Amino acid sequence: MKMKGAQIFFECLKREGVEVIFGFPGGSVLDIYHEMPKHDIRHILVRHEQGAAHMADGYARATGRVGVCLVTSGPGATNTVTGIATANMDSIPIVVFTGQVPTAMIGDDAFQEVDIIGITRPCTKHSYLVKDVNELARVIKEAFYLARTGRPGPIVVDLPKDVIQAQTEFRYPKKVDLPGYHPTLEAHGGQIKRAYQLIKKSRHPVIYAGGGVIHGDASEELLQFAEMIRAPVTSTLMGLGCFPAEIRDKKGKRSPHPLWLGMLGMHGTYEANMAVSNADLLLAVGARFDDRVTGKISGFAPKAKYIHIDVDPTSIGKTVEVHIPIVGDCKNALQKLIQTAEAEPVEGLEEARAPWLEQIGLWREAHPLRYAFDPQIIKPQYVVEKIHELSGGDAIITTEVGQNQMWAAQFYRFTRPRTFLSSGGLGTMGYGLPAAIGAQTAFPDRLVVDIAGDGSIQMNIQELMTAVCNCLPVKVAILRNQFLGMVRQWQELFYEKNYCGTCLADSSPDFVRLAEAYGAVGLRATKPEEVEPVIREAFAIKRPVLMDFLVSPAEGVYPMVPAGKSISEMLLT
Amino acid sequence: MENSSKHRHTIGILVQNVPGVLARIVTLFAGRDFNIENITAAETHEPGLTRITLVTTGDDHILSQIVKQLNKLINVIKVFDFRDTEFVDREMALIKVRAEAPTRAEVLRIVDIFRAKVVDVSPHFYTLEVTGNESKIAAIIELLDQIGIVEIARTGKAALARSKKH
Ligand SMILES: Cc1ncc(C[n+]2csc(CCOP(=O)(O)OP(=O)(O)O)c2C)c(N)n1
Repeated sequence: MKMKGAQIFFECLKREGVEVIFGFPGGSVLDIYHEMPKHDIRHILVRHEQGAAHMADGYARATGRVGVCLVTSGPGATNTVTGIATANMDSIPIVVFTGQVPTAMIGDDAFQEVDIIGITRPCTKHSYLVKDVNELARVIKEAFYLARTGRPGPIVVDLPKDVIQAQTEFRYPKKVDLPGYHPTLEAHGGQIKRAYQLIKKSRHPVIYAGGGVIHGDASEELLQFAEMIRAPVTSTLMGLGCFPAEIRDKKGKRSPHPLWLGMLGMHGTYEANMAVSNADLLLAVGARFDDRVTGKISGFAPKAKYIHIDVDPTSIGKTVEVHIPIVGDCKNALQKLIQTAEAEPVEGLEEARAPWLEQIGLWREAHPLRYAFDPQIIKPQYVVEKIHELSGGDAIITTEVGQNQMWAAQFYRFTRPRTFLSSGGLGTMGYGLPAAIGAQTAFPDRLVVDIAGDGSIQMNIQELMTAVCNCLPVKVAILRNQFLGMVRQWQELFYEKNYCGTCLADSSPDFVRLAEAYGAVGLRATKPEEVEPVIREAFAIKRPVLMDFLVSPAEGVYPMVPAGKSISEMLLT
Repeated sequence: MENSSKHRHTIGILVQNVPGVLARIVTLFAGRDFNIENITAAETHEPGLTRITLVTTGDDHILSQIVKQLNKLINVIKVFDFRDTEFVDREMALIKVRAEAPTRAEVLRIVDIFRAKVVDVSPHFYTLEVTGNESKIAAIIELLDQIGIVEIARTGKAALARSKKH
């Protein structure tokens, strides 16, 4: 039977198991919208296309499935670019369908024509301009396959209007045929053996885990292997949740996991940065030695031999020299390491590791994450701690960017993968609210909280309307410090306290009334004793709630490694 | 990473001949601050496949990144990193040179020595075609420049590994 391109589009999406599209219509995708009601796919109408891309991204991070968004040509397409770049930096599988002017008009500067393939080429894993309806099914199949396999990433599919209007026989290909694309998933046995020999010999090992552990669904293996070799574990911002910060005993009482060091890097914990600085072996798993992690490269784990597991060969040896590179899927590599360790356990491990773990304990005691509680004014860290406590540590947390993001990373003790959604690589303010909506779409019954700053939240606040209209009960906690706080912190420390362009005092809307104007619930806390009641109330309401916490304006995020310094050179207060 | 010395390198790239494939390669080089000294691209004998030869500069570390990043492009089927392989490379240049009565004989002598060809003749100019490796092309240009080169068009390099395909 012949089908129109628009119908083929939906048939393909169904076969890919797509349950929701985040979209915004316009002239060039009207045929798709015309077709939409005939198909059993949920459409979430966003209020800005950037929001659509972040929602697809949040959906993907929370579920591990491919997120989908659909926008019109021209400005609809360009509005997604920040979202695409965000997903690209953090290796998130999304497929962005953009409308395009009819093929005959491409290149004519037609109304709402833009070369979105050209614009997004540097920030996508791959992209397609579909010029013939006969290619549509194959391209969609490939797009989903590419998005989720290997190192995941965003794919753009540009759909000229005449292509989605044209008809052809629908056949969905069973297999993809991509002669240039064969990601190495199987870790090399010889390399695994060599790596394990190094691990066996090491006295001060540290596992440095990144987002790849989450993408590769390798958290269980990571925990198992770390416990087998009794190696402490730190993670990047992207890796948070890949290793349990806390464990529960049979009565449900929570205690810190003894091998967990917390996050490392610029705002990492003292013990994580000190452990890495003194390690004799660094096992990097699905992490990419990003500059926010390493600080000054020559000062990063200077005493250590490096083993690096990553599915993307370009990540290995890019910024640091690696002694044992292992290209492969994190899960596969860790499974093989576990097998090797089972066959060949380290003798006297307890005693061998004791001094190292003791030393780490001393570092932790000397400088734990802390802040000074103040009965007069709300400390932002206190709000995060309370959100952690009152959510039972079980919420999906998204963040905006800045101090709010770092406090969320430091003070919410993540125990499961896919519960911390944050723009790490690109650092996109405005990410948190739409990402929360995307996650909530996937998990309508879970608690989803966006920990936000008063600056960032306004970058996509319009999506509150999307949450309200679609009955998505996301919670937003604004840590209103009346500054672009993280930038203010840099000005305080490195720019002579010249707070140019960063003060938001008296220049934010009344967030409670704004929430109400959108049809959400607005709550406010201005004193420490109001924090807990506000959070409790918000969590009990099955509608979107925006919490406005007036917090201390001068609070800084510490520890902090100043740019260009080694990570052992932390400012502690 | 520590810096080994910078070198020129020739890289062969076999790609699917799909729209935008060259743009992807060039975007990659521009975006990552890799250098392209010259680049050639043309279809191969196999339908749908294009072979690109590219000359770049960089130390070993950069070259490794270039090779890996190229391999990561979905439409790139194979990258030939000639670092550890012997290869042959050739380039063709069209050179329009001033050829008035007093210099004509000299131009023809140079043509003869370099096994070049005269492919176009006009009252004042000869256009020469010369094929060879880099040093040969450089040498003829140097000689002809003393007589008077008007214009040059060079193809850039084409390169293949010696003997067996690798
Ligand atoms: C889109 C975008 N623009 C600018 C920046 C630079 N930037 C990083 S953090 C920050 C301050 C964020 O302020 P706010 O949202 O109030 O959070 P706070 O740091 O106060 O928690 C800015 C402006 C950015 N990361 N993203």
